[in-house]
Amino acid sequence: MTEGRSRIVRNVTCLLAVPVMVFGLYVVLHGHLTPGGGFAGGAVMATFIALFLVSFGKDIARRLDSGPFSVSESLALLAFIGLALLGIQVTFFNNFLANSGLLFGLTVPSGANPGFLGTGGVIPLMNLAVGLEVFSGLSLILIMMYRSGGGGDND
Amino acid sequence: MISLPFVAVVILACMSLAAILFKRNMIKIVMAVHVMGSAVNLFLVSLGYREGGLAPIFTGSPGGLMVLPAPQALTLTSIVINIAVVALMLSFAVSLHRRYGTMDTRKMRLKG
Amino acid sequence: MRREVKVMTLAALFVLLLAAAVSLRPFGGPVETGMDDHFILNGQGETGCNNMVTSVVFDYRGMDTLGEATVLFAAVTGILVVLGRERDD
Repeated sequence: MTEGRSRIVRNVTCLLAVPVMVFGLYVVLHGHLTPGGGFAGGAVMATFIALFLVSFGKDIARRLDSGPFSVSESLALLAFIGLALLGIQVTFFNNFLANSGLLFGLTVPSGANPGFLGTGGVIPLMNLAVGLEVFSGLSLILIMMYRSGGGGDND
Repeated sequence: MISLPFVAVVILACMSLAAILFKRNMIKIVMAVHVMGSAVNLFLVSLGYREGGLAPIFTGSPGGLMVLPAPQALTLTSIVINIAVVALMLSFAVSLHRRYGTMDTRKMRLKG
Repeated sequence: MRREVKVMTLAALFVLLLAAAVSLRPFGGPVETGMDDHFILNGQGETGCNNMVTSVVFDYRGMDTLGEATVLFAAVTGILVVLGRERDD
Protein backbone atom coordinates (compact mmCIF):
# COMPACT_ATOMS: atom_id res chain seq x y z
CA MET A 1 0.00 0.00 0.00
CA THR A 2 2.92 2.33 0.44
CA GLU A 3 4.67 1.90 -2.95
CA GLY A 4 2.13 3.60 -5.19
CA ARG A 5 0.36 2.24 -8.21
CA SER A 6 1.36 1.47 -11.79
CA ARG A 7 2.37 3.95 -14.45
CA ILE A 8 -1.10 4.20 -16.05
CA VAL A 9 -2.73 5.11 -12.73
CA ARG A 10 -0.09 7.74 -12.01
CA ASN A 11 -0.44 9.39 -15.43
CA VAL A 12 -4.23 9.51 -15.28
CA THR A 13 -4.03 10.99 -11.79
CA CYS A 14 -1.77 13.78 -13.00
CA LEU A 15 -4.21 14.50 -15.84
CA LEU A 16 -7.37 14.46 -13.71
CA ALA A 17 -6.20 16.32 -10.60
CA VAL A 18 -6.45 19.90 -11.88
CA PRO A 19 -9.96 19.54 -13.50
CA VAL A 20 -11.24 18.08 -10.22
CA MET A 21 -9.95 21.12 -8.31
CA VAL A 22 -11.47 23.54 -10.85
CA PHE A 23 -14.84 21.76 -10.64
CA GLY A 24 -14.77 21.97 -6.85
CA LEU A 25 -14.07 25.73 -6.99
CA TYR A 26 -16.96 26.15 -9.47
CA VAL A 27 -19.38 24.37 -7.13
CA VAL A 28 -18.25 26.56 -4.20
CA LEU A 29 -18.34 29.89 -6.06
CA HIS A 30 -21.78 29.38 -7.65
CA GLY A 31 -23.38 28.25 -4.39
CA HIS A 32 -25.99 31.02 -4.46
CA LEU A 33 -27.21 30.17 -7.99
CA THR A 34 -27.02 26.39 -8.46
CA PRO A 35 -27.24 23.46 -6.02
CA GLY A 36 -24.07 22.95 -4.01
CA GLY A 37 -22.47 25.53 -1.80
CA GLY A 38 -19.62 25.49 0.65
CA PHE A 39 -19.85 21.99 2.14
CA ALA A 40 -20.33 19.96 -1.04
CA GLY A 41 -17.69 21.97 -2.92
CA GLY A 42 -15.19 21.56 -0.09
CA ALA A 43 -15.64 17.78 -0.16
CA VAL A 44 -15.07 17.73 -3.95
CA MET A 45 -11.87 19.78 -3.49
CA ALA A 46 -10.58 17.32 -0.87
CA THR A 47 -10.48 14.50 -3.44
CA PHE A 48 -7.52 16.36 -4.96
CA ILE A 49 -5.39 15.31 -1.97
CA ALA A 50 -6.96 11.85 -1.82
CA LEU A 51 -6.08 11.09 -5.49
CA PHE A 52 -2.41 11.87 -4.88
CA LEU A 53 -2.22 9.91 -1.63
CA VAL A 54 -3.69 6.78 -3.19
CA SER A 55 -1.72 6.69 -6.44
CA PHE A 56 1.71 7.94 -5.34
CA GLY A 57 2.04 6.55 -1.84
CA LYS A 58 5.01 7.26 0.36
CA ASP A 59 6.74 9.76 -1.94
CA ILE A 60 3.97 12.34 -1.70
CA ALA A 61 3.11 11.64 1.96
CA ARG A 62 6.67 12.39 3.01
CA ARG A 63 6.41 15.88 1.49
CA LEU A 64 2.91 16.84 2.67
CA ASP A 65 3.13 18.68 5.96
CA SER A 66 0.21 19.24 8.32
CA GLY A 67 1.22 22.81 9.18
CA PRO A 68 -0.29 24.90 6.31
CA PHE A 69 -3.58 22.95 6.36
CA SER A 70 -4.02 23.57 10.08
CA VAL A 71 -3.31 27.30 9.74
CA SER A 72 -5.71 27.72 6.80
CA GLU A 73 -8.49 25.83 8.59
CA SER A 74 -8.28 28.09 11.63
CA LEU A 75 -8.11 31.27 9.53
CA ALA A 76 -11.16 30.23 7.47
CA LEU A 77 -13.28 29.59 10.57
CA LEU A 78 -12.21 32.97 12.01
CA ALA A 79 -13.17 34.65 8.70
CA PHE A 80 -16.62 33.01 8.87
CA ILE A 81 -17.20 34.37 12.39
CA GLY A 82 -15.85 37.78 11.36
CA LEU A 83 -18.30 37.97 8.41
CA ALA A 84 -21.14 37.16 10.80
CA LEU A 85 -20.03 39.89 13.22
CA LEU A 86 -19.76 42.65 10.58
CA GLY A 87 -23.50 43.39 10.65
CA ILE A 88 -23.73 43.51 14.43
CA GLN A 89 -25.50 46.88 14.42
CA VAL A 90 -28.82 45.17 13.58
CA THR A 91 -28.32 41.54 14.62
CA PHE A 92 -25.68 38.78 14.67
CA PHE A 93 -26.02 37.15 11.20
CA ASN A 94 -27.32 40.23 9.37
CA ASN A 95 -26.98 40.25 5.57
CA PHE A 96 -25.84 43.87 5.26
CA LEU A 97 -24.67 43.62 1.63
CA ALA A 98 -27.93 42.41 0.02
CA ASN A 99 -29.74 44.96 -2.25
CA SER A 100 -27.28 47.69 -1.25
CA GLY A 101 -25.08 48.38 -4.30
CA LEU A 102 -21.70 47.44 -2.79
CA LEU A 103 -19.62 44.34 -3.62
CA PHE A 104 -22.28 41.61 -4.14
CA GLY A 105 -25.31 43.87 -3.99
CA LEU A 106 -27.36 43.71 -7.21
CA THR A 107 -31.10 43.20 -6.84
CA VAL A 108 -32.62 39.98 -8.11
CA PRO A 109 -35.68 40.02 -10.47
CA SER A 110 -38.36 37.97 -8.78
CA GLY A 111 -39.42 34.68 -10.35
CA ALA A 112 -37.42 32.44 -12.69
CA ASN A 113 -34.33 34.11 -14.18
CA PRO A 114 -30.87 33.13 -15.50
CA GLY A 115 -28.58 33.61 -12.55
CA PHE A 116 -26.53 36.80 -12.10
CA LEU A 117 -23.22 36.35 -10.30
CA GLY A 118 -23.21 39.72 -8.56
CA THR A 119 -26.15 39.00 -6.28
CA GLY A 120 -26.40 37.39 -2.88
CA GLY A 121 -24.88 39.81 -0.40
CA VAL A 122 -22.59 38.22 2.15
CA ILE A 123 -23.55 34.63 1.14
CA PRO A 124 -20.85 34.02 -1.56
CA LEU A 125 -18.12 35.17 0.87
CA MET A 126 -19.44 32.78 3.51
CA ASN A 127 -19.45 30.00 0.89
CA LEU A 128 -15.73 30.65 0.21
CA ALA A 129 -14.84 30.59 3.91
CA VAL A 130 -16.73 27.36 4.60
CA GLY A 131 -15.35 25.69 1.45
CA LEU A 132 -11.76 26.45 2.48
CA GLU A 133 -12.43 25.18 6.00
CA VAL A 134 -13.95 21.88 4.83
CA PHE A 135 -11.14 21.34 2.29
CA SER A 136 -8.41 21.90 4.90
CA GLY A 137 -10.16 19.78 7.54
CA LEU A 138 -10.76 16.76 5.29
CA SER A 139 -7.21 16.93 3.87
CA LEU A 140 -5.83 16.99 7.41
CA ILE A 141 -7.89 13.88 8.31
CA LEU A 142 -6.62 12.06 5.20
CA ILE A 143 -2.96 12.89 5.85
CA MET A 144 -3.04 11.87 9.55
CA MET A 145 -4.81 8.58 8.79
CA TYR A 146 -2.36 7.76 6.00
CA ARG A 147 0.65 8.42 8.19
CA SER A 148 -0.46 6.19 11.04
CA GLY A 149 -2.00 3.28 9.14
CA GLY A 150 0.99 1.00 8.82
CA GLY A 151 2.96 3.40 6.71
CA GLY A 152 6.23 2.55 8.31
CA ASP A 153 5.88 -1.18 8.76
CA ASN A 154 7.10 -2.23 5.31
CA ASP A 155 10.44 -0.42 5.37
CA MET B 1 -51.68 2.67 0.30
CA ILE B 2 -48.92 2.81 2.92
CA SER B 3 -46.16 5.32 2.25
CA LEU B 4 -43.03 3.40 1.26
CA PRO B 5 -40.20 5.87 2.15
CA PHE B 6 -41.03 5.78 5.87
CA VAL B 7 -41.09 1.96 5.88
CA ALA B 8 -37.68 1.95 4.13
CA VAL B 9 -36.29 4.23 6.87
CA VAL B 10 -37.50 1.82 9.58
CA ILE B 11 -36.00 -1.21 7.79
CA LEU B 12 -32.61 0.53 7.35
CA ALA B 13 -32.49 1.65 10.99
CA CYS B 14 -33.36 -1.80 12.37
CA MET B 15 -30.86 -3.59 10.12
CA SER B 16 -28.02 -1.30 11.22
CA LEU B 17 -29.05 -1.68 14.88
CA ALA B 18 -28.88 -5.48 14.46
CA ALA B 19 -25.36 -5.14 13.03
CA ILE B 20 -24.24 -3.00 15.99
CA LEU B 21 -25.57 -5.53 18.49
CA PHE B 22 -24.38 -8.77 16.91
CA LYS B 23 -21.13 -8.10 15.05
CA ARG B 24 -17.64 -8.34 16.56
CA ASN B 25 -15.42 -6.57 14.03
CA MET B 26 -14.81 -2.90 14.80
CA ILE B 27 -14.98 -1.75 11.18
CA LYS B 28 -18.39 -3.39 10.71
CA ILE B 29 -19.75 -1.62 13.79
CA VAL B 30 -18.52 1.77 12.47
CA MET B 31 -20.11 1.09 9.07
CA ALA B 32 -23.45 0.25 10.76
CA VAL B 33 -23.36 3.55 12.69
CA HIS B 34 -22.90 5.41 9.39
CA VAL B 35 -25.84 3.56 7.77
CA MET B 36 -28.07 4.51 10.70
CA GLY B 37 -27.12 8.17 10.24
CA SER B 38 -28.00 7.90 6.55
CA ALA B 39 -31.41 6.44 7.45
CA VAL B 40 -32.17 9.51 9.57
CA ASN B 41 -31.10 11.80 6.68
CA LEU B 42 -33.50 9.96 4.35
CA PHE B 43 -36.32 10.48 6.83
CA LEU B 44 -35.62 14.22 7.07
CA VAL B 45 -35.57 14.75 3.30
CA SER B 46 -38.72 12.70 2.65
CA LEU B 47 -40.69 14.74 5.17
CA GLY B 48 -40.51 17.87 3.02
CA TYR B 49 -41.97 16.58 -0.23
CA ARG B 50 -44.98 18.15 -1.91
CA GLU B 51 -46.92 16.23 -4.55
CA GLY B 52 -45.69 17.31 -8.03
CA GLY B 53 -43.17 19.84 -6.72
CA LEU B 54 -39.90 21.10 -8.22
CA ALA B 55 -36.53 21.91 -6.63
CA PRO B 56 -36.59 25.20 -4.64
CA ILE B 57 -34.14 27.00 -6.96
CA PHE B 58 -35.12 29.93 -9.21
CA THR B 59 -32.21 29.73 -11.73
CA GLY B 60 -33.73 28.50 -15.02
CA SER B 61 -36.74 27.04 -13.28
CA PRO B 62 -39.87 26.25 -15.37
CA GLY B 63 -42.06 27.61 -12.60
CA GLY B 64 -44.71 25.94 -10.51
CA LEU B 65 -45.08 24.38 -7.09
CA MET B 66 -41.87 23.98 -5.04
CA VAL B 67 -40.94 21.52 -2.31
CA LEU B 68 -40.10 22.77 1.20
CA PRO B 69 -36.48 24.04 1.50
CA ALA B 70 -36.11 23.90 5.31
CA PRO B 71 -35.69 20.08 5.81
CA GLN B 72 -33.00 20.03 3.09
CA ALA B 73 -31.03 22.64 5.03
CA LEU B 74 -31.24 20.53 8.22
CA THR B 75 -30.06 17.46 6.26
CA LEU B 76 -26.91 19.33 5.10
CA THR B 77 -25.95 19.95 8.72
CA SER B 78 -26.69 16.33 9.66
CA ILE B 79 -24.48 14.93 6.88
CA VAL B 80 -21.46 16.98 7.99
CA ILE B 81 -21.91 15.97 11.63
CA ASN B 82 -22.10 12.29 10.58
CA ILE B 83 -18.78 12.69 8.77
CA ALA B 84 -17.15 14.13 11.90
CA VAL B 85 -18.46 11.35 14.17
CA VAL B 86 -17.43 8.50 11.83
CA ALA B 87 -13.94 9.99 11.29
CA LEU B 88 -13.34 10.19 15.04
CA MET B 89 -14.58 6.59 15.54
CA LEU B 90 -12.25 5.35 12.79
CA SER B 91 -9.26 7.08 14.40
CA PHE B 92 -10.08 5.33 17.68
CA ALA B 93 -10.25 2.01 15.79
CA VAL B 94 -6.77 2.62 14.31
CA SER B 95 -5.36 3.47 17.74
CA LEU B 96 -6.92 0.39 19.35
CA HIS B 97 -5.53 -1.85 16.62
CA ARG B 98 -2.09 -0.42 17.23
CA ARG B 99 -2.38 -1.24 20.95
CA TYR B 100 -4.00 -4.71 20.90
CA GLY B 101 -3.03 -6.09 17.51
CA THR B 102 -6.54 -7.33 16.67
CA MET B 103 -9.89 -5.99 15.39
CA ASP B 104 -12.02 -8.33 17.53
CA THR B 105 -13.87 -6.52 20.31
CA ARG B 106 -14.16 -9.61 22.51
CA LYS B 107 -10.39 -9.86 22.91
CA MET B 108 -10.01 -6.33 24.29
CA ARG B 109 -10.31 -6.17 28.03
CA LEU B 110 -8.87 -3.59 30.40
CA LYS B 111 -5.72 -5.10 31.80
CA GLY B 112 -3.14 -3.61 34.07
CA MET C 1 -25.87 -9.65 27.56
CA ARG C 2 -27.37 -12.91 26.45
CA ARG C 3 -28.31 -13.47 22.87
CA GLU C 4 -32.06 -13.99 23.51
CA VAL C 5 -32.45 -10.64 25.26
CA LYS C 6 -30.91 -8.85 22.27
CA VAL C 7 -33.18 -10.65 19.78
CA MET C 8 -36.33 -9.91 21.78
CA THR C 9 -35.45 -6.22 22.16
CA LEU C 10 -34.72 -5.89 18.46
CA ALA C 11 -38.00 -7.60 17.46
CA ALA C 12 -40.08 -5.43 19.81
CA LEU C 13 -38.40 -2.23 18.54
CA PHE C 14 -38.96 -3.25 14.92
CA VAL C 15 -42.69 -3.91 15.46
CA LEU C 16 -43.21 -0.62 17.32
CA LEU C 17 -41.34 1.47 14.71
CA LEU C 18 -43.22 -0.19 11.84
CA ALA C 19 -46.55 0.57 13.51
CA ALA C 20 -45.47 4.21 13.90
CA ALA C 21 -44.26 4.53 10.28
CA VAL C 22 -47.49 3.15 8.83
CA SER C 23 -49.70 5.53 10.82
CA LEU C 24 -47.92 8.78 9.82
CA ARG C 25 -49.48 11.23 7.39
CA PRO C 26 -49.35 10.21 3.65
CA PHE C 27 -46.13 10.90 1.85
CA GLY C 28 -46.56 14.10 -0.17
CA GLY C 29 -48.86 16.32 1.80
CA PRO C 30 -47.19 18.42 4.45
CA VAL C 31 -49.64 19.98 6.89
CA GLU C 32 -48.01 23.10 8.37
CA THR C 33 -46.17 25.02 5.59
CA GLY C 34 -46.40 28.62 6.83
CA MET C 35 -42.66 29.15 7.41
CA ASP C 36 -41.58 27.53 4.13
CA ASP C 37 -44.14 29.49 2.11
CA HIS C 38 -42.69 32.70 3.58
CA PHE C 39 -39.18 31.51 2.57
CA ILE C 40 -40.22 30.77 -1.02
CA LEU C 41 -42.28 33.95 -1.52
CA ASN C 42 -40.01 36.54 0.16
CA GLY C 43 -36.57 34.90 0.05
CA GLN C 44 -35.42 36.44 -3.25
CA GLY C 45 -36.26 39.96 -2.13
CA GLU C 46 -34.81 39.78 1.36
CA THR C 47 -31.57 37.87 0.71
CA GLY C 48 -30.98 38.44 -3.02
CA CYS C 49 -30.18 34.75 -3.57
CA ASN C 50 -31.64 32.41 -6.23
CA ASN C 51 -30.99 29.22 -4.26
CA MET C 52 -33.55 28.91 -1.47
CA VAL C 53 -31.70 26.12 0.37
CA THR C 54 -28.46 28.17 0.56
CA SER C 55 -30.39 31.22 1.77
CA VAL C 56 -31.97 29.14 4.55
CA VAL C 57 -28.60 27.59 5.52
CA PHE C 58 -26.52 30.77 5.55
CA ASP C 59 -28.97 33.62 6.19
CA TYR C 60 -32.20 32.60 7.92
CA ARG C 61 -30.56 29.83 10.01
CA GLY C 62 -26.92 30.88 10.06
CA MET C 63 -26.47 29.96 13.74
CA ASP C 64 -26.85 26.24 12.94
CA THR C 65 -24.13 26.53 10.29
CA LEU C 66 -21.83 28.15 12.85
CA GLY C 67 -22.39 25.20 15.22
CA GLU C 68 -21.77 22.71 12.40
CA ALA C 69 -18.48 24.33 11.37
CA THR C 70 -17.37 24.25 15.01
CA VAL C 71 -18.21 20.52 15.30
CA LEU C 72 -16.13 19.75 12.19
CA PHE C 73 -13.23 21.80 13.59
CA ALA C 74 -13.42 20.01 16.96
CA ALA C 75 -13.46 16.56 15.30
CA VAL C 76 -10.35 17.39 13.24
CA THR C 77 -8.57 18.61 16.39
CA GLY C 78 -9.50 15.38 18.19
CA ILE C 79 -8.06 13.28 15.34
CA LEU C 80 -4.84 15.34 15.41
CA VAL C 81 -4.46 14.56 19.12
CA VAL C 82 -5.23 10.81 18.91
CA LEU C 83 -3.23 9.96 15.80
CA GLY C 84 -0.42 12.47 16.17
CA ARG C 85 1.76 10.65 18.67
CA GLU C 86 5.22 9.67 17.49
CA ARG C 87 5.89 5.98 17.70
CA ASP C 88 8.53 5.04 20.21
CA ASP C 89 10.04 2.00 18.45
